[in-house]
Amino acid sequence: MSISLFYLIAFLSIFFSVMVIFSKNPIHSVLYLIITFFTFTIHYILLNAQFLAIVNFIVYMGAIMVLFLFLLMLLNLNEDSEPMKSNLLKIAGVIAGMSLLITLVGSLKSLHISDPVILQTQDLGLVKNLGKVLFSEFLLPFEVSSILLLVAMVGAVLLAKKDTKRI
Amino acid sequence: MELSFIIEKFILITVIFLVSLGIAAYSTLAERKIAGYLQDRVGPNRAGPGGMFQPLADGLKMFMKEEIIPADANRFLFIAGPSLALLTACIGSAVIPWGQDMVIGDRIIPLQVTDINVGILYIFGVVSLGVYGLMIGGWASNNKFSLMGAIRAASQNISYEIPMGLSIIALLLVTNTLSLKEISEMQHGGNWNILYQPLGFLIFMVCSFAETNRTPFDLPECETELVGGYHTEYSGFKMGAFMFAEYLNMFVASAVMSTLYFGGYNYPGMDYVNGLVGPIIGPLIGMAVLFAKVFAFIFFFMWVRWTVPRFRYDQLMNLGWKVLIPLAIANIVITGIWITIYDKL
Repeated sequence: MSISLFYLIAFLSIFFSVMVIFSKNPIHSVLYLIITFFTFTIHYILLNAQFLAIVNFIVYMGAIMVLFLFLLMLLNLNEDSEPMKSNLLKIAGVIAGMSLLITLVGSLKSLHISDPVILQTQDLGLVKNLGKVLFSEFLLPFEVSSILLLVAMVGAVLLAKKDTKRI
Repeated sequence: MELSFIIEKFILITVIFLVSLGIAAYSTLAERKIAGYLQDRVGPNRAGPGGMFQPLADGLKMFMKEEIIPADANRFLFIAGPSLALLTACIGSAVIPWGQDMVIGDRIIPLQVTDINVGILYIFGVVSLGVYGLMIGGWASNNKFSLMGAIRAASQNISYEIPMGLSIIALLLVTNTLSLKEISEMQHGGNWNILYQPLGFLIFMVCSFAETNRTPFDLPECETELVGGYHTEYSGFKMGAFMFAEYLNMFVASAVMSTLYFGGYNYPGMDYVNGLVGPIIGPLIGMAVLFAKVFAFIFFFMWVRWTVPRFRYDQLMNLGWKVLIPLAIANIVITGIWITIYDKL
């Protein structure tokens, strides 16, 4: 049952990600992206990673995508106001996309798919175990990434601040 | 999974769903009655004794009205908006423990739909999802006032989610668990979290007002500036769905506040009463106590609505970013220091 559920959810994730690209209206794209993130949340639950699932739910679906939607609504883009892209841009886009596809397929091919990673502890995804691992084994990367976020935050505030005196 | 388990959960979910819908329906009547009382008038008193059937009459009126979909509106999203608002309002109550475990014969029946170990975060996620209904509905109506309302709803929701999350973190430092069931059990015997987290509770309550779009934070539907805000173009039952979602959210927010800070189903002298009436009636009394707390909070929501005027938009943002977030961070630091000192002693 678990395997068939996985295939159903995986199919839905891929289907909605494709819909993100193919829908003409940017708002529809964002809504499809939200559904894609929701299917990712289900994937995490299937992997027994409850904390990661709920954080994905809160941060990506509840905060980041709301901001995306907010911005798009503020700009109010639609098909009429979108400028026509020149053919040169289109060709460049196709070439870049193709090279990305080839890179991805190549890297997938070099992976050893036949020996999957087996989790040593099934309950690793629960909050308590995850917290213990984060604050002991992976303390340095955790702190460094939090500093990175702080830097990004300060940078955003600096950029957003109107400079009152002209230089 | 045995059949009795499924039947048990099915009954519990149905009861909770019906009760929350009933409470939401009668909240509309209570709101008008309380508004009447606060403004020194009678309030609705024509339908039934003392206006008891007013919600039924309102519901009938909403069903009978013509459903209008604006010509240039996006039809699918226009209908999806209110549906989503109603859906997210309904699923929040799934993790709230309504009472102690009931014991019938040798079966233990928990009065909680599911006890996931990230209960608080689940509620937080559902709350943050709730804004999509308003945003999608406001955008799809293709009206600039609706769009303004939707944008306000989004920015308000994002801004007040941060202090709400921070106040929950301080609470977690005290309780050491994310499961609402364990938090309720921990508050047994008058050991309520409000005693440890008064500031955290204040922040959480202000944020709940903002997240449920109640006055003084009802800027998204501010009729003096935006006609009707995000639901300007809605009529009939879709308008009713938005209104219903607001009252359901209020009910869930009240239940969450009672569970997190005011002891949930616990009340003084609980063990004595439980010993007296046995393990079937005892949890039901606890449930009644929880509902009494919830009603007190709902009354408080309404009391504030008819007392405090609406904020200006910049005041709202200043309060969120410059007052509540620093206060919440200070609360975390103070709680952390206090716990460290307490552990050392």
